[in-house]
Amino acid sequence: MTISASSFDALQLKNVGRSFGGQDALVDLNLTIRAGEFIALLGPSGCGKSTALNCLAGLLPLTHGQILIDDKRVDVLPAEKRDFGMVFQNYALFPHLSVQKNVAFGLQMRGVPRAEITRRVAEALALVRLEQHATKLPGQLSGGQQQRVAIARAVVLEPRLVLMDEPLSNLDAKLRLEMRTEIRRLHQSLGLTTVYVTHDQEEALSLADRLVVLREGHVQQIGTPQELHDNPANWHVADFMGYRNLLDLTVETVNGSEARVSGRGLSLAGHIVHHAAASDSVRVAIRPHDLTVVEPGASTSGLNTVEATVQVVEYQGREFAVEAVTDAGQNLFVHASSAPRPGDRVTLGVAPSRVLIYQADLAAEAGSPVTQTPLESVAS
Amino acid sequence: MSSAIQSRQSRTRVKSTASLAHRLAERGIDARLWLLAPALVFIVALFVYPFAYGIGLTFQPLARTTEQWGGGPFANYVEFFKDPFTFESVWLTMKLALPAALFNVIVSIPLAFKLRHRFRGKRFLSTLLVLPITLGTVLTAQGLLIFAGRQGWLNRFLLDTHIIDQPLQLVNNYLGVMFSLIISGFPFAFLLVSSYLSGIDPSIEAAARTLGANWRQRFRRVTLPLLAPGLATTFILTFVLAFSVFPSARLVGDPGGDTRVMALMAYRAFGEQQNYSMASTIAIMMGVIELVVIAFVLLGRSFFYKGSTGGKG
Repeated sequence: MTISASSFDALQLKNVGRSFGGQDALVDLNLTIRAGEFIALLGPSGCGKSTALNCLAGLLPLTHGQILIDDKRVDVLPAEKRDFGMVFQNYALFPHLSVQKNVAFGLQMRGVPRAEITRRVAEALALVRLEQHATKLPGQLSGGQQQRVAIARAVVLEPRLVLMDEPLSNLDAKLRLEMRTEIRRLHQSLGLTTVYVTHDQEEALSLADRLVVLREGHVQQIGTPQELHDNPANWHVADFMGYRNLLDLTVETVNGSEARVSGRGLSLAGHIVHHAAASDSVRVAIRPHDLTVVEPGASTSGLNTVEATVQVVEYQGREFAVEAVTDAGQNLFVHASSAPRPGDRVTLGVAPSRVLIYQADLAAEAGSPVTQTPLESVAS
Repeated sequence: MSSAIQSRQSRTRVKSTASLAHRLAERGIDARLWLLAPALVFIVALFVYPFAYGIGLTFQPLARTTEQWGGGPFANYVEFFKDPFTFESVWLTMKLALPAALFNVIVSIPLAFKLRHRFRGKRFLSTLLVLPITLGTVLTAQGLLIFAGRQGWLNRFLLDTHIIDQPLQLVNNYLGVMFSLIISGFPFAFLLVSSYLSGIDPSIEAAARTLGANWRQRFRRVTLPLLAPGLATTFILTFVLAFSVFPSARLVGDPGGDTRVMALMAYRAFGEQQNYSMASTIAIMMGVIELVVIAFVLLGRSFFYKGSTGGKG
């Protein structure tokens, strides 16, 4: 494999910000990306993730902040001089050029000799398994094939950084999974430093070495998939990470990092993530996976238990996703290993360590430190 | 084999339960097409018949034409090609229409590019560029005379400020007609080019940027090839507009000399020489020449990519 990453040690974003007509789209993004790392920018639409990517690519000028590669500023360079490859959501292939010529475009712009272009294009097309489509026009290819051309077009230049802007969101579910594996495979074999924008937490968790969660232009949390998955920094991140049960409750008693919270007919022991005092209004996050239907006869010692009535049961392969309602009318999303019937009375159990207690007010939480994994601890 | 025939027979025998309109639609006939009938009557009565009549007229030359030029029923055509005074008007018209159409298309491109982005005053600027579309040719001609004539504002200002000591000859010649063609043709070209340009997905150009293409390369390698079919269409439209120039050639031109365009020659044959059949011949030849130019442009256009350009189109 001769396609490989051109190397640098670290790419730094320092207080990067961008506003549109006085509206802040991105505020103070600080991030250090090490060579070979796969970073996902994650957030709902309008959170600033695409703005961040376009700023990195040079398609949008920064309003403030700096972008540095090994302490050399790149934010002053125009997009065409940055040497970054970009993959667009709508592929953005040149519709009038064949697949081959699309991939060769960047090499021609760099004045690479013709023989080398031919060789490298063939290699890149082999990499994305499109050799037999080389002479077709993009319009003759399927969505997945078009996106593979776009990826080949970006990586054939051996860019210092590959930027991907929701590259899979225009594909159907099956193709999305295939392409996800494909992107992971490419990243592993080429070691290309990648920044990947998505609103799909599953995609981000499965692809990235580190995730950056954004909300309204502000960084919410930066960490490894496991950190974000297990210890979201606030309820917003928790919500995004699949903690479907978000309950607005009140703190009763606090005991170190443990607290008892109640309201809506529930009383739960839980874990305080940052800070909470008695009588604070808090938002409690519980993942459906952690809140399970207790099998009859199983021990519930050490667990919070809730009585509820089953409403909806969905089969999800190996287990069942159940929507249950408590006597006080609170809906809960839970998992069960065997199928309950709608209308059944069940006991739900959850370990106190998996009941995460957050300040209901995001601003009150914002004062607490956001977990930023130190660079050294990240496996490359 | 026989069973296939049988099944075909049985199929024809089965009576379709669908409505008549549906059955007709299956054969590609839309029953509502009869609504077009009034329009068809108008087209036949007001276009097809007069057009055919005009062609017929060209083969009925006046006796004096046949005498002078020979050629029997083709005498008008013989005169058209052999009489230098008549035939020269083809080149005079071309000399006006081709540069005017080219200018309108080429100047539209950078302006359409500039106006693609959002900026303060964009609406004002585009209104200003498109406004002349509302002016008739006669109004434009009158305005040109008042503004740029020998006694016009421009010349008087320049003379009074002693920038020049002889008035500039800007109207009643080739230049005057050219100005008029640009004023009336440019808005069309600009509007068309703008809409073709907005049909090109901006992310295609962004992709070219990230691949290292500077603006010159982006324009030449990406935007222009995608825009070319639209430019060809725009060129054809403005060319046809300019080719049939008549009022301005008379009002702000030099109808006896440089701007003796074909439309003017046809008018003269009809109005001054009472030669109805020669006038028809010149009109038909105008159409033929336009068609030849259009055919050339369309031939060139067929070499470009004409599919989707990914934008809102």
